[in-house]
Amino acid sequence: MTMVQAIGAALHDAMAADDRVVVFGEDVGRQGGVFRVTDGLQGTYGEQRCFDTPLAESGIVGAAIGMALRGFRPVPEIQFDGFTYPAFDQVATHLAKYRSRTRGLVRMPVTIRVPSFGAIGSPEHHSESTETYWAHTAGLKVVVPSTPADAYSLLRDSIECDDPVMFLEPKRRYWAKEDVDRAARREPIGTAVVRRPGDTVTVVTYGGLVGVALEAATLAAEEHGWDVEVVDLRSLVPLDIDTVAASVARTGRCVVLHEGPRTLGMGAEIAARLQEEVFWDLEAPILRATGFDTPYPPTRLEGDWLPGVDRLLDTVERSLSYDHA
Amino acid sequence: MADLIIDEVALEPIQLIAPDGHPTPHHGLDPTSVVDRLPAMYRAMVATRGVDEEMVNLQRQGQLALYPPCAGQEAAQVGCATALRDTDWLFPQYRELGAFLVRGIDPGGVGLSWRGTWNGGLGFVERCVAPICIAIGTNTLHAVGAAMASTWLGDGGVTVAFIGDGGTSEGDVHEALNLAAVQQAPCIVFVQNNGWAISTPTHDQYRAPSLAHRAIGYGMPGVRVDGNDVAACHMVVAEAAERARRGDGPTLVEAVTYRMGPHTTSDDPTRYRSEGEVATWRALDPITRCEAFLRHVGAWDDTLAEEAASHAADLRRSLRDAVYDAPDGPATEVFEHVFAEPTPELLRQRDELAAELEREG
Repeated sequence: MTMVQAIGAALHDAMAADDRVVVFGEDVGRQGGVFRVTDGLQGTYGEQRCFDTPLAESGIVGAAIGMALRGFRPVPEIQFDGFTYPAFDQVATHLAKYRSRTRGLVRMPVTIRVPSFGAIGSPEHHSESTETYWAHTAGLKVVVPSTPADAYSLLRDSIECDDPVMFLEPKRRYWAKEDVDRAARREPIGTAVVRRPGDTVTVVTYGGLVGVALEAATLAAEEHGWDVEVVDLRSLVPLDIDTVAASVARTGRCVVLHEGPRTLGMGAEIAARLQEEVFWDLEAPILRATGFDTPYPPTRLEGDWLPGVDRLLDTVERSLSYDHA
Repeated sequence: MADLIIDEVALEPIQLIAPDGHPTPHHGLDPTSVVDRLPAMYRAMVATRGVDEEMVNLQRQGQLALYPPCAGQEAAQVGCATALRDTDWLFPQYRELGAFLVRGIDPGGVGLSWRGTWNGGLGFVERCVAPICIAIGTNTLHAVGAAMASTWLGDGGVTVAFIGDGGTSEGDVHEALNLAAVQQAPCIVFVQNNGWAISTPTHDQYRAPSLAHRAIGYGMPGVRVDGNDVAACHMVVAEAAERARRGDGPTLVEAVTYRMGPHTTSDDPTRYRSEGEVATWRALDPITRCEAFLRHVGAWDDTLAEEAASHAADLRRSLRDAVYDAPDGPATEVFEHVFAEPTPELLRQRDELAAELEREG
């Protein structure tokens, strides 16, 4: 199934398994979501458990907090990444802090689904990388799946989790296909996975760019004989730095690949953590292939702006140019 | 019950007891119908006034970091809270001491928040009171979500969001009122219009005829009530709660009252308002009004005053004890409640702090 279908299946199965799960947001009901992710939920579970809200992002998240306080497991959708900003206050001020504010008395099992990131030719505010805002906010888990099977499994986990989760869905992977075994749950939130083993250089990435990294790795092997290892983080909080560090300790080189602007992006965190963990194993500085420190560009320019196979391979080559021999 | 809440929003606040204690029946409704409940409300108002004074004292002694006094607003808070069931959820801001005490929250639980040892208030959620909300207006949305949940649970619950006149200017309050109306959520948004948002007077805060008038735009009833008249506040909220419970949706209540003290112990109201204004409102004191009414209808008993004063003194003492004796708690506790299970990174950071504390002895 596609990632859209996998996420829809996860919502269906979560709602069937637990009648406290409610899905709401803009256009998720009658329309089934602008990407049809929530297709059929209202028909199956009724208008109380899947409903359309007024166009008000802060309201969607704020109301979810009240529902969670009364024992529900809300799964609100914010229609696009760039529209999470109006909800930022409710997320940062309350959702992320309710547990610590009440010393564990109040749980916030809220999973906010956000169709995220770029490369689908959308207008302004429809292609942004918001993960750093959430990862920097204590009390939130941040999950970014890259495949349909992971999306299914990680979303089920997120909904069952007693903590708030920002579930960022890479739109460019919505139509990727993969067999999904709904009976088998894969590894839980907080575990990275090596998507392609290699021993020349480690590429660390997540979400929509995992596919780009794998494509680049194939090209690198064919054209240059570089054996690129690709690590998919899958969740940014908790961050499975151990898997990344083990990989980099072996290859001695690391390139972090992400769409968001470079300054204080996930690459900055991973580079800092790796130099604490595996400094003596490094053969080269940890490098980053990222978006730029500019607002997300107009659609016709996003192909040039986004980090792709070429920018990644250039960065890998730069990493390999550090030669101590 | 009389129809206090009507489609047309009246500018003149509903009043059942005049400042001099004479009944002022409204729409045929007479405050003598709640006379048996007024002694309890009087007692709660006196307790609120006393504990409020003690909080200010403790702040002046350096025991509390900050405190937002509520003197003058006792009738609005006590009248509202006593009109509800103990299982109805309250979503306060931070000035709702009267509502907290009505719910049986230990004054120490409130004091420790302002001392800085318990952010959300001790003993709050166990009594269906959401933690103190320092951000303005954001709590209204939580109340709407919880009200929707009450409908789904079929528990007949009503939620009340407390905000001030300043809070109504926040965008979240618009989203909350609109969502509540669309969902017909069993929710009451209770605005205490206390005249000032720190130093901003109401005429610089809004230009609508009243805050209750905003209800028209959302498609819900709005009602203005004399916020220093405990009987009127009680009956208006009781009727709004009854409407909500029978599925008729939310109500916007504006209680017109006055903040006698500063916004918090940090500001100086003499810089922004006149002594004459304060004196005018001091003459409208909600506690003396309640007493005057009880005397007027022959329901006053001197033992009530004594008993209320003694109860307030007990609460003041328990607050002092709680604050003086409160330990700060271990610093590493901050890592315990970030997530259900701490992440490996949080455990690393906890160990880092523990080692640092040990080195410092």
